Amino acid sequence: MSERKPVKGITKERTEKLIADTLAEMPEKAAEKRAPHLGANEPSASPCAVKSNKKVVPGVMSQRGCAYAGAKGVVWGPIRDMVHVSHGPVGCGVYSWGTRRNLMQGIPGVTSFPMDFTSDFQERDIVYGGDPKLEKLLDEANELFPLSKGFSVLSECPVGLIGDDINAVTKKKEKEFDKLVVPCNCEGFRGVSQSLGHHISNDSIRDHIIGKFEFKEEAGPYDVALIGDYNIGGDVWAAKPILEEIGLNVKSVWTGDGEVEKIAATHTVKLNLIHCYRSMNYMCKVMEEKWGIPWLEYNFFGPTKIEESLRAIGELFDDKIKKNVEKVIKKYKPEMKAVLDQYKPRLEGKTAMLFVGGLRPRHTVGAYEDLGIQITGSGYEFAHQDDYDRTAPEMAKDTIIYDDVSEFELEKFVEEFKPDLIGSGIKEKYVFQKSGIPFRQMHSWDYSGPYHGYEGFKIFARDIDMAINSPTWDLVKSPF
Amino acid sequence: MEQSKKMRQIAIYGKGGIGKSTTTQNTVAGLASLGKKVMIVGCDPKADSTRLILHAKAQETVMDKVRELGTVEDLELEDVMKWGYGDVKCVESGGPEPGVGCAGRGVITAINFLEEEGAYTEDLDFVFYDVLGDVVCGGFAMPIRENKAEEIYIVVSGEMMAMYAANNISKGILKYSASGNVRLAGLICNSRNTDCEAELIEALAAKLGTQMIHFVPRDNQVQRAELRRMTVIEYSPEHKQAQEYRELARKISENKMFVVPTPLEMEELEELLMEFGIMEVDDEENIGKAENA
Repeated sequence: MSERKPVKGITKERTEKLIADTLAEMPEKAAEKRAPHLGANEPSASPCAVKSNKKVVPGVMSQRGCAYAGAKGVVWGPIRDMVHVSHGPVGCGVYSWGTRRNLMQGIPGVTSFPMDFTSDFQERDIVYGGDPKLEKLLDEANELFPLSKGFSVLSECPVGLIGDDINAVTKKKEKEFDKLVVPCNCEGFRGVSQSLGHHISNDSIRDHIIGKFEFKEEAGPYDVALIGDYNIGGDVWAAKPILEEIGLNVKSVWTGDGEVEKIAATHTVKLNLIHCYRSMNYMCKVMEEKWGIPWLEYNFFGPTKIEESLRAIGELFDDKIKKNVEKVIKKYKPEMKAVLDQYKPRLEGKTAMLFVGGLRPRHTVGAYEDLGIQITGSGYEFAHQDDYDRTAPEMAKDTIIYDDVSEFELEKFVEEFKPDLIGSGIKEKYVFQKSGIPFRQMHSWDYSGPYHGYEGFKIFARDIDMAINSPTWDLVKSPF
Repeated sequence: MEQSKKMRQIAIYGKGGIGKSTTTQNTVAGLASLGKKVMIVGCDPKADSTRLILHAKAQETVMDKVRELGTVEDLELEDVMKWGYGDVKCVESGGPEPGVGCAGRGVITAINFLEEEGAYTEDLDFVFYDVLGDVVCGGFAMPIRENKAEEIYIVVSGEMMAMYAANNISKGILKYSASGNVRLAGLICNSRNTDCEAELIEALAAKLGTQMIHFVPRDNQVQRAELRRMTVIEYSPEHKQAQEYRELARKISENKMFVVPTPLEMEELEELLMEFGIMEVDDEENIGKAENA
């Protein structure tokens, strides 16, 4: 892959000075801790220069979540045919209820369970332990929703503090109900970010789910699973048809609009296609080691990356699939050209800065570039070294990379680089919109989506144009 | 004219099994016999801090009742407060069996409940907190936090581990004394008839910057009274052991020596034990060697 063309006006000296000036305003100790997390991009550098997956510096405004958030909000929540129990006081369950736009089909209470189930801990449950209440909750939930295909029990902080044994309860209930009852010890205080919650959830899937079911249909040579697509704004529904069009058989999706018994049978597919590497690489590696299933990272944001990914997927199959890949690429070319013809002239030469979660700080870069937008800065809330290694080559030289960026730092960087668009989360949105900078929420697609696949790109292009070129901005007096 | 009085809140700590509950109840009975108004708050899941005052097997606890009713908000003070010998008010915090839940939180819940429900009435002269021996978490430090007990008595004996515990508790008091008014008020020696016991505890008290407020001799009369679930003071008010507890009660009532303790370093404590022959002086090189090695 060729290196990105440099962004006009961005040099190593400018980026490094910006970082130094920003750090200079912090207390010495905080600046010392933050310095290694910020850097000017060096596309060929391996390993990548910035430090990651470390504890937040006390006192800064971080955007991170907790292990429970990573487990409930990301991995388990989207599985539609299970009842997900937030075990502990009521708040964690309520505030993670329907807040992530992982769309699902189904009839609520029959084939999908998008309700809030919580054990609503009281003082009594803390003092005497919550296991009896959990048992009762599971009994009642199973009686009320007999069609659910299983239960996940997600521990909140107090469960870990008082040492409840949820694993003993789930084991007992699994036997009694004759359906999956999965413990997940994802207490929020564990780890430095939501990232550990993903890992713990993957381990729960490994220990309690995978291999327990078989697919009803015969196995075939084109069986694949879609891993790490959470169906935000319907992304799965835009990505899956493309894979089916090239002749693959998508047997299960982890976990967007997911079905747990299909997830449990994934050990029989031929290939795992992973979208969000950060949150689900663990299980891909487990399936590779235990069942010899290869896995491939793919990217369905924007036509360039879609084509690259489809060809890479085709390489792993026979000529029939390879031929289909070219057919599909050819088929959508005119549609994509029409999108680019419409929007690229309005967006060419603009710049954007990103700060998001699992994969988007690198995966969406190509989609912006298809529209003629250059990315001048990018960073992750909770990434690890291997995510940054994958990011460096996707970014132009000397653009700014920031790990677990604080509100203060991001504002400073934005002031200096003056991007035409910021793609980040709800917590950043209003800060930047009020300073007159167009903004799109890149965690949830801002009530829009899908953004994956060919269908998604049309919507993405429209949304980005709408954000940047809205006449509203002419009415806002920006102080910058 | 009688001066307007201030309620004194007292916490009793000490190594597990040292006799805190027995000492507390006998002392409280002594205070009651002197005409004082007292409340006992048991802060131990075992809930045995009030049985001698109530002549009961075990009092129904705050947490028992919370478990039964579902939430602490539904609980009334009269559900959990009993009156015993000498009009002593009795409450037990209660809590789970060993190995489940969080006993420390039970203490916090119970004390918060008592405060909210107005259990600390103005007519009280003393409130006694009888606390679980091993202060394993923050919950068991609740009685000495936030303007509750300001006087701590540590029950101790001449045994080595009891003295270690007393020193550790002093460290806890030192920590809390920085942020509040909690002070060490004295050591109560509950005799085990070890050698030079009184002298040893006097010496320890001096090192800690406090006093041995009273030496309670060992007497089987205490056990005889306990079999009837009574304090010695009620069971045999004329017995000499009853006199000892009345004496302790009087000393506590008149005590004015409240100090920020000066806990000992481990070496210092061991030196003290060696000085009194509790620990034998041994060569460093023999440490970890078996007897016949």
